[in-house]
Amino acid sequence: MNSTTHAIKTGLGRGWTEFMLSLKSPQDQGFYAFTSGGVLLYLFLNRTNEVEGTSLFYTTLALPSILGALLVFSLVIGPAYSLAMEREDGTLLRAKAVPRGLIGHFTGHILLNTLSLIPSFLIILIPGAFLFEDMMQNGLRGWVTVIWVVLLGLLATLPIGMVIGALVPGVQKVGTWGMLPILVLLGISGIFSPMDGLWDWVQTVSQIFPMYWVGIGMRSAFLPDAAAVLEIGESWRTLQTVAVLGAWAVAGALITPGVLRRMARRQSGSTVEAAKEQALQWVR
Amino acid sequence: MSMTTGEGVVVEVSELRMRYGSNDVLDGVEFQVHRGEVITLLGPNGAGKTTTIEILEGFRMRSAGRVSVLGVDPAEGSEDWRARVGVVLQSWRDHARWTPRALLTHLGRYYEPYSTPQRSRPYDVEELIRVVGIEEQAEQKIRTLSGGQRRRLDVAVGIIGRPELLFLDEPTAGFDPQARREFHDIVHRLSDLEDTTILLTTHDLDEAEKLADRILILAGGRIVADGSADQLARQVTREAQVRWSQNGEHFVHATPDATGFVRTLLEQHDDIADLEVRRATLEDTYIAMVQQHETGHPDQAAIAFEEVEL
Repeated sequence: MNSTTHAIKTGLGRGWTEFMLSLKSPQDQGFYAFTSGGVLLYLFLNRTNEVEGTSLFYTTLALPSILGALLVFSLVIGPAYSLAMEREDGTLLRAKAVPRGLIGHFTGHILLNTLSLIPSFLIILIPGAFLFEDMMQNGLRGWVTVIWVVLLGLLATLPIGMVIGALVPGVQKVGTWGMLPILVLLGISGIFSPMDGLWDWVQTVSQIFPMYWVGIGMRSAFLPDAAAVLEIGESWRTLQTVAVLGAWAVAGALITPGVLRRMARRQSGSTVEAAKEQALQWVR
Repeated sequence: MSMTTGEGVVVEVSELRMRYGSNDVLDGVEFQVHRGEVITLLGPNGAGKTTTIEILEGFRMRSAGRVSVLGVDPAEGSEDWRARVGVVLQSWRDHARWTPRALLTHLGRYYEPYSTPQRSRPYDVEELIRVVGIEEQAEQKIRTLSGGQRRRLDVAVGIIGRPELLFLDEPTAGFDPQARREFHDIVHRLSDLEDTTILLTTHDLDEAEKLADRILILAGGRIVADGSADQLARQVTREAQVRWSQNGEHFVHATPDATGFVRTLLEQHDDIADLEVRRATLEDTYIAMVQQHETGHPDQAAIAFEEVEL
């Protein structure tokens, strides 16, 4: 097991390098600036709206929900795209060609995606604290809740992204198999507006997936307990949040290694070559 | 599955078959590679060179046959086995943001647990950068490297773990003559100083002749020739061409005994000029062997042709 531990350490180094490269990359900086700017602008334009039947500003309600959605979005779409890309550009094959390289590679992936949440959150939370009053209403207890919801959300959603990235036939298909379902869930998971306007069966569907539960978990962290009346069952449903996200996390931990192994088994120089030709064709 | 392998045999392939649908790409391939040899695998497009190499690398499952690489079936090769094998892959756009130095250092770390007193692993990164000649690009982003510089980096990645056996699939495609010469020096160095066994595919017959101790020609799913460039030439024709001129007139004569013919020629005439003795080149041999093979198996010739068309 010594060489496995060594590979995990090497992979952590890889994740850190990738993270630093990402921070320095104009492309990634642009992506961070775009999401942060978009979210803040949306909230700012709605800053005077009040939520019907409460004394809460819409902004106060929407900010935690949007953070939750951003977490799910980044952890599903990010790894889905990068894995699909790495299969085509040969990154994965390089990892496969060195001893225990895949263990290191996926360790690096997990660390990179975890670390990437820090800048995405900070660039919304820091300006948010200045722009909107009373963003966090529960003090330290609230921040502790943020941390466990983020960690549990991470364990629940990152495997989904990796599985999608491993199964899609090509990078272009991530839109259909990753982006589209996420956008649908975004619309039906109570992120931008409470769920009670939706049909019952739609509510049921959205409560199967982590997006809704990460959203409600974040709201429970930021909002006063009185705001729970807006939720289904007029409660934060903390136990159910832990149970559903935990179930996704366990399922992910059980399924993902096998799916990644299967994907890696199919990698060879000719699959990379074929993907390259396909891509060149596509550009042409 | 471990096979009984003879002394010094690094790669042993017998009855290797690979079938895609109803098409037998490999149809009973047999060969051996011995420790320290440099072997070149030649063959027309679609002959199955890449398939063969990928099976040996453990990247592709075979349909049938026995394969042993460093005493292990590559289909079941462990990570410890992987540490002894080097694979030169063609980089395209992977690790675009990394620098060659950072990538080599990172990939080298995976080999640290496999270092032995006889073979210290990984290769020293700075030395390796010098050996492949990318000192000036070592701190540049990989995406800014030219095609030739990328290939050198690929070679460096392939040998970072000081492999006992190295696979290269068309390593010099797209190289200019200078880069090609330098690459040949690297191969000689690996083979002579590091005792690395090398198996490479190429389309360049001149390269095959320069590098290889032994050449294998793969056509129609089988090894149709196996030997040094010289041995192969003699298999095709024992005759050499003798050319000369006399009184401004040019002559050509084909003979199995060039030395004897030239001796007699010079004894009988004292105005011979432009004397030249030419044995069949590897190119002559290769074309002849592939043609012989294809006329014998028109169906397989057609398959090769189809793949070129694609």
